[in-house]
Amino acid sequence: MSAVGDHRPPRVSPLNDPRVRSIAYQVVLCAVILFLVWGAVDNAIDNLARARIASGFGFWNATAGFDISQTLIEYSTTSTYGRAFWVGLLNTLLVAAFGIVFATILGFMIGIMRLSRNFLVSRLAAGYVELIRNLPILLQLLFWYNAVLKALPELRDSILIPGGGFLNNRGLFLPQPVAEPGFDAVALAFVAGICGAVAYRIWARRRQQRTGAQAPVLMVALALVVGLPVVAFFAAGSPLEFVYPDRGRFNIRGGIEVLPEFVALLFGLVIYTAAFIAEAVRAGIMAVSHGQTEAAYSLGLRPGPALRLVVIPQAMRVIIPPLTNQYLNLTKNSSLAVAIGYPDLVQVFTGTVLNQTGQAVETVAITMAVYLTISLVTSLFMNWYNARIALVER
Amino acid sequence: MGDSVIMKRVFALTIVAAAAAFAATAASAQTLNTVKSRGVLHCGANGTLAGFGLPDAQGAWTGLDVDFCRALAAAIFNDPAKIKFVPLTAKDRFTALQSGDVDVLARNTTWTSSRDTQLGLNFTGVNYYDGQGFMVRKALKVNSALELNDAAICVQQGTTTELNLADYFRANKMKLKTVTFASANEAVKAYDAGRCDAYTTDASGLYAERLRTVKPDDHIVLPEIISKEPLGPSARHGDDQWFDIVKWTHYAMVIAEELNVTKANVDEMVKSDNPEIKRLLGSEGKHGEALGLTNDWAYRIIKHLGNYGEIFEKNVGQASALKISRGLNALWTKGGLQYAPPIR
Repeated sequence: MSAVGDHRPPRVSPLNDPRVRSIAYQVVLCAVILFLVWGAVDNAIDNLARARIASGFGFWNATAGFDISQTLIEYSTTSTYGRAFWVGLLNTLLVAAFGIVFATILGFMIGIMRLSRNFLVSRLAAGYVELIRNLPILLQLLFWYNAVLKALPELRDSILIPGGGFLNNRGLFLPQPVAEPGFDAVALAFVAGICGAVAYRIWARRRQQRTGAQAPVLMVALALVVGLPVVAFFAAGSPLEFVYPDRGRFNIRGGIEVLPEFVALLFGLVIYTAAFIAEAVRAGIMAVSHGQTEAAYSLGLRPGPALRLVVIPQAMRVIIPPLTNQYLNLTKNSSLAVAIGYPDLVQVFTGTVLNQTGQAVETVAITMAVYLTISLVTSLFMNWYNARIALVER
Repeated sequence: MGDSVIMKRVFALTIVAAAAAFAATAASAQTLNTVKSRGVLHCGANGTLAGFGLPDAQGAWTGLDVDFCRALAAAIFNDPAKIKFVPLTAKDRFTALQSGDVDVLARNTTWTSSRDTQLGLNFTGVNYYDGQGFMVRKALKVNSALELNDAAICVQQGTTTELNLADYFRANKMKLKTVTFASANEAVKAYDAGRCDAYTTDASGLYAERLRTVKPDDHIVLPEIISKEPLGPSARHGDDQWFDIVKWTHYAMVIAEELNVTKANVDEMVKSDNPEIKRLLGSEGKHGEALGLTNDWAYRIIKHLGNYGEIFEKNVGQASALKISRGLNALWTKGGLQYAPPIR
């Protein structure tokens, strides 16, 4: 490349210069888009004013006046619409976070099962995938909701869970642990356990690289992370109280309450999304050439370590992009909660708040911005992870 | 037409998303012309509430609100069938009216100050005076809504019901657990499955929804009425002519009942000497033309649909499955609240 020296293109009129032209086209395009957006906003404001529909964000601090069944932060009927927004958002994040974790676990299991050499296991997994991913998610949610409600007993015939819990068609009620003064020691021991486990892993890896000797990293890490807090717990004299749920005339109060709507939504989302994740996992594993497995076997690795150390790391490169898609889908699908009475962001904010205030433009815009932000943050994280595990060509 | 108006029209065509919906309201000043040139009235109706708005197995719509819309179509086209019913949920109804999807909203909607002032619509009157009540299972042995402390209550979203419920429990210092659903269907189903102790909505709706539970006899409606729910049709803000037409459609039916003009006798009544009847049926004065309709507008309504009392009895009264008595909805001369200004 450097051999060319001071080669210059012949001088041409700016009109025919491709660089000038492309910049001009892009400037024009930007101007047109800005003009259209401005026109849309102006038009909307104009029409809202003409129809005398209230606009602006003044409603944010007005009293909401309605009740919400599941609130992770303090909320009452005298709270503001803004507070209701945060309640809805947290409920969405809660179900999305649990959903992503469980869907990933179930999806990986089904995906690997589908590649099993056992005929029954692989057919079972194939049947699951084909059945679940071909039925509309809304239908599945309604099915699970009614299945959950119908299967559980009435309040009076609650199933008693050993340790002071109840299960009935109002939900699952569990004793709530409350930390007492000495509990800090347990938390400290937990953090120390994690640090110790990480340090041990680094040491074990260095030693393996130096001498080839393997160390039982998993067992030691488990002992440190779980064992240390348990020891600290008893050493501090069991500093944990439980608030037990109490049965009233109509309902159960106190303790941890898991709504049937939450369970049904989580169930529906996990089962639906897992079918897609399973396919992504299967495609990823099949994309790794069989020669890799054979090479691993010829190095003396058993099937387990061969899968874990050779196949999966390479498969992950193929799995991550579609997996990201599924995470985003799960989060967005959680807005179907509106059908089964789970108070997620759409149900609370784009539902009740929109209707009570009548400010569709503002509430829908806020909701869209929230979903966009959640989705972008998720894909940002997944892209970072993907780049980290991507094939490094040397 | 100035340049800026043309530009705005251009934008209205280009912005398909949210703005397009609002662009439609810009042209709302001539709703009557729009409806006439379209040849069909678009009516926002309930779709799931027996007695007010519900299509039957053959797809024929029935109900008090449905017949109100038919009366409007009859007044405009002399044909109550020139109508398209758009079933709306409580949550979507106002947006549908604001955006021009429907010309009139008759969906058992409570008239409140904030809806009247902030939603870009105007309530035209009250075609059913209602109040909110509770339905519970008999087995609970609850006799009053005041015994519902700590109860779980199923409710439909986007309704005044949701707010009244919270108010009532707050005022009486009771604890509340609401489970909110987008559709009345799902809310009743969840209540019937035992998810909630009580279901709450307007009293008229409770009787209708009770018929949909698996065993209607296992449920009772509690005596308390906890709110005022004046239900009425509404029209978009900013078109006074259309507002008048919708408003007087209801009044014409009430006046007809006052004057004993019925579907059966309306043809004889045209020949009546009573000046009030003459003005109502258009043989005297030009009251229909003043509305932008024909002078026999009220005759058309009564000929095709009947007077208010007839429509009431047919849809929610003794001739229906609901068997609701007139109560507050009787004429003012019979101890009720239905009262219409005179036509003159």
